[in-house]
Amino acid sequence: MKQKNNLKAWLYLLPAILFLGVFMVYPLVDVCFYSLEENYHSISQTYTGVGLGNFGHVLSDPFFIQALKNTLILVVITVPVSTGISLLIALGLSSVKALKKAFQTIYFLPYVTNTLAVGLVFMILFARTEYTDGLINALIQAMGYEMVDFINGPYWAKMLVTCLYTVWIVMPFKILILTSALASVNQDYYKAAKVDGASSGRIFRKITLPMISPTVFYLIITGFIGAFKAYSDEVALFGVNLNEAGMNTIVGYVYDMLYSDKGGYPGYAAAAALLLFAIVFTITYINLRFSKNKVQYM
Amino acid sequence: MKVVLENLTKQFLSRQKKGEIVTAVNNFNFEIPDGQLIGLLGPSGCGKSTTLNLISGLETPTTGKIYFGDEDVTNLPPEERGVGLVFQNYALYPHLTVEENIIFPLQNLKGAQKMTKEAMHQKAVETAKLVQIDGLMERKPKELSGGQQQRVAIARALVKIPKVLLLDEPLSNLDARLRLQTREELRRIQRETGVTTIFVTHDQEEAMSISDLIIVMKDGVVHQIGKPQEVYDEPVNLFVAQFLGTPQINVFEGEIRDGKVWIGEEAVLDAQGREDRKVWVGIRPEGFIPDENGPFTCRMDRVEVMGRDVSVVSTHDKMTGKSIRSIVSAENKFRPDQTEVRFSLKPYKVFLFDRESEERV
Repeated sequence: MKQKNNLKAWLYLLPAILFLGVFMVYPLVDVCFYSLEENYHSISQTYTGVGLGNFGHVLSDPFFIQALKNTLILVVITVPVSTGISLLIALGLSSVKALKKAFQTIYFLPYVTNTLAVGLVFMILFARTEYTDGLINALIQAMGYEMVDFINGPYWAKMLVTCLYTVWIVMPFKILILTSALASVNQDYYKAAKVDGASSGRIFRKITLPMISPTVFYLIITGFIGAFKAYSDEVALFGVNLNEAGMNTIVGYVYDMLYSDKGGYPGYAAAAALLLFAIVFTITYINLRFSKNKVQYM
Repeated sequence: MKVVLENLTKQFLSRQKKGEIVTAVNNFNFEIPDGQLIGLLGPSGCGKSTTLNLISGLETPTTGKIYFGDEDVTNLPPEERGVGLVFQNYALYPHLTVEENIIFPLQNLKGAQKMTKEAMHQKAVETAKLVQIDGLMERKPKELSGGQQQRVAIARALVKIPKVLLLDEPLSNLDARLRLQTREELRRIQRETGVTTIFVTHDQEEAMSISDLIIVMKDGVVHQIGKPQEVYDEPVNLFVAQFLGTPQINVFEGEIRDGKVWIGEEAVLDAQGREDRKVWVGIRPEGFIPDENGPFTCRMDRVEVMGRDVSVVSTHDKMTGKSIRSIVSAENKFRPDQTEVRFSLKPYKVFLFDRESEERV
């Protein structure tokens, strides 16, 4: 009886297994092979040896180092900032009564807006062209400071715009999730804490934050993973030639190694992709270990 | 600490009908004596929880004043009133241990009241001993039974030595056996601490069994305040009479005519000196005496045996409920083929209410 049920179960799972196997598992395994095949030639489909040569090449490639640096800066800045601001906004949203729905809609709008369209808006705001200095520069000038070219100018300016852009585009989702997490906290806890004489700061630290900690933690983990995979946002701001702009990311580097003018090196691309995987894996693992005592699963 | 409620009124805007005002508490006047256990009793939606919230400061009254002792606390926020509040669902902080839960109010103390860690621990243990949970200090709330959680909630409310202890339906989440036990416990804790305690309940038995005073509310209006037995024996109106007592009081259409109380064609009681009028006749289940020559005749339905007593279920054309329940001693014998049962009535168990106003006459 049990055997029969198992068979049925496998049968039901078969379509999904087949699909995932062909389109997920096989490519994943294949990437591992690619990364080990040295000097792979894509046309003749030959390689000279098996080893860690691809990894060595990638790690000594200045473009990869630049991409790695950019990605790390992006991750370290945008994840805490976006999560923090989202939490503040969500707290604000859950305490206002009038126009709550309107505010929620406004804050959610970036989520349904196309990345490239948003990039265009940021370009208009920040870029300096022959015709205009851009809205932000107009403001800077009005305040009496020197104008900066945020799109083709110094590195810090470009990084600033990228961070702003990333924070702005990831916030709606976080606000949405945090608002619902806050709404699901039983109001009686707040009432009890109030009667017990807790200040609002203490209520936030001792009641609210622990109550929504699983959600915050979820957002931090997915935020890290998402930020490490950054690519399209940079393209939206700086165009496809990210190396020239000095704003490439690891995913951008992988793409370049495969498809750009300098591309055609699946070995390097695979090695870079696996390095990215290793970094994300390590960070997530550390996150999990670190937060074990902080996150309260009720 | 005595609690004085003066013309207390709370109105809300209705959620269903725009612009309509709902009066949850209507002109509540009462002085709750120091150190007593008060049961605030009424059907759901009668405004008893709102009254509790007003006293705790979680809600502010539309009009009226609240005094703790001689101090006007009407406009004080909850944290400055010094009340302890036990919620219906206990509202224990799930991520904190029992001890951390109990200590929480102490950690909020400021200025001169601030306590050292050692003193707080001491106080928590002391309070935990009072409610007999001192062996569970390291547990999380979800590792406790309902009754234990209840005790933790009471300990948390008591640890600051509140001026007033408020309990919202404290026993409704417990099973029947635990409820009996816990209500005795509540009485004991209240006696030991001497804190003025107000608890809300819809269970009249619960309120009657442990309260020094009960307040019966309906639709935001206080109907009667008094010692439980007094309220039971002398209800001021039909609602109070019906709300107190299990089984419920039996109510009949009747009238006062020629100095007698009539139900249908039978004169069941003397009513010398009363003016003639149509009335509701309320008869407590224990007010019936089986009597072959009694003046009141009912159609026999069945007899339910309860051991010491039997419950006679009968019907009558003029009754208002589904059936008439009378509790009589098991020494009375009934024949199985009996179709009619006759009673005489205990006059002090019969109440007469005006047909229109439903006030006692």
